Amino acid sequence: MLKVENIQAFYGKIQVLRDVNLDINQGELVALVGANGAGKTTLLNTISGLMPKASGSVKFLEKSIDNLLPSQIVEMGFSHIPEGRKLFSGMSVRENLEMGAYPKRAWKKREETLREIYNLFPILEERSAQFASTLSGGQQQMLAMGRGLMSKPRLCAIDEPSNGLAPMAVLELFKIISSLRDQGVTVLLIEQNVKQTLEIADRAYVLENGRVVLEGSSGELLESDHIRKAYMGL
Amino acid sequence: MILKSKRLFYLLCLLLFLLIMLLSPLYTSDYFLILVSNILMYIVLTVSWTIFSGPTGYISLAPAAFFGIGIYTSAIMGSQFSLPVILATGAAAAFCCALLVGMVTLRLQGIYFTIFTFGLVELLGEVVQWWEVNVTGTTGRIVPGTEYTTVYYTMLGIAVVLMLTAYIIKHSRYGLALQSIGEYEEAAGHTGVNVTALKIVSFAVSALFMGACGVIMATRWTYIDPSIAFNPLFSFLPVLMAIFGGVAHLFGPVIGAVIFSYLEEFLTTQFPYYYMLIFGVILVIAIVYLPTGLTGLIRKLGGRLRRRHANT
Repeated sequence: MLKVENIQAFYGKIQVLRDVNLDINQGELVALVGANGAGKTTLLNTISGLMPKASGSVKFLEKSIDNLLPSQIVEMGFSHIPEGRKLFSGMSVRENLEMGAYPKRAWKKREETLREIYNLFPILEERSAQFASTLSGGQQQMLAMGRGLMSKPRLCAIDEPSNGLAPMAVLELFKIISSLRDQGVTVLLIEQNVKQTLEIADRAYVLENGRVVLEGSSGELLESDHIRKAYMGL
Repeated sequence: MILKSKRLFYLLCLLLFLLIMLLSPLYTSDYFLILVSNILMYIVLTVSWTIFSGPTGYISLAPAAFFGIGIYTSAIMGSQFSLPVILATGAAAAFCCALLVGMVTLRLQGIYFTIFTFGLVELLGEVVQWWEVNVTGTTGRIVPGTEYTTVYYTMLGIAVVLMLTAYIIKHSRYGLALQSIGEYEEAAGHTGVNVTALKIVSFAVSALFMGACGVIMATRWTYIDPSIAFNPLFSFLPVLMAIFGGVAHLFGPVIGAVIFSYLEEFLTTQFPYYYMLIFGVILVIAIVYLPTGLTGLIRKLGGRLRRRHANT
């Protein structure tokens, strides 16, 4: 579904991505894990067209998306739920969600999708008239995810959803993310929280200093010495 | 059900009001028509300013530039063409100019955009001045005049089309997207908005109406020169009127324009020497005490009344 080949990217003269390859199949929950500064968010930004890449190619749904605008990539069904939520804080919860349905494909069905999102996150329906800024951290992350899902994505890339959340909220959120996969949404989950992420993902890539150093099924990675030593402190 | 009948009621009120406006030349004086045309001009400038700058928060000081383009279109084409042709040309010229300016400047954010748009007014004024002195050898131009009623009906027509356009934009996904650009431009990009294109096009749509407005106003003034056509007041007043009325609701800029332009008329006739001073004081008070404008105040009072009603 998503095929990333040999991506290189730079910030000025500093190379942040080196020959990154990534492959996601329909219906999978794939994780991309790594420490701060490993290049995870940069990789996602180059895929969704927000940042230029020096070389390499990205194919989504068998089509090259290298020269498309971010808006066109969203229109194709790639939803990028950004790190740090980036909500429209002065707009109501409902308006934030409606805004998620901006792509033409999704706009017509927005009432219907809104119902689904409210079923998935009942708290958002309760708070629908409130400003997004009045929500708690966990609720804001739910809103960010709801907004991303309103575009009826084929693939949903979620960047660090656990960022700044209480352990209980993370647990709840991860449950919802794995339920997304069960509903047929393909998910690319970007996380630093390696252990919990590997527990819900099918497969994972480990990014270090802009390079994929490990990849494999979550079970294998959870057993690997490198992961246990570097990310779990075992 | 209640919602629907309420909407119908508003619609009927609007239609009735429009009918009164349409028939008013039959039973009012010329003075009244000129006054109302003037008010309509400010309504058009203010509401069209609000289409783009209201939701996005990009404060444009370019209205006078697009207005001036309309005025000069009128002056250049005036004697050879019929009014509808000139109107269309003036609107199109303003639209195209705004597209160009938008492409260059809408990558700028905040105050830089504002300063550039203000510079545009001065630039166009100076260029036209230079052209007139060096090429055509004049400074002013005579514009063939039209009847008061023609000016009135044309202005009314522009205002009606503008209100409809503004309403449609506001209630479409583009209206929501413009608002989200104002809230958080980067996040708007994430949700799939082509931010740059949307900003440029809506900026140009707002300019289109300003251009048309300039075309018809020039025929009433009959004599124009660069300092009349590109008068920065036509940039500042719409902004102030919109802020005074409040930009969150479509009627905010209308109310602001009506009150301010009537106030201007009243003050210039009653206190010709102090009118700018009084104007300024009212404005400062409005900005300090009415941050969300008159409509914001009305909404707040309405909410308070409703709550009191609910409590008892």
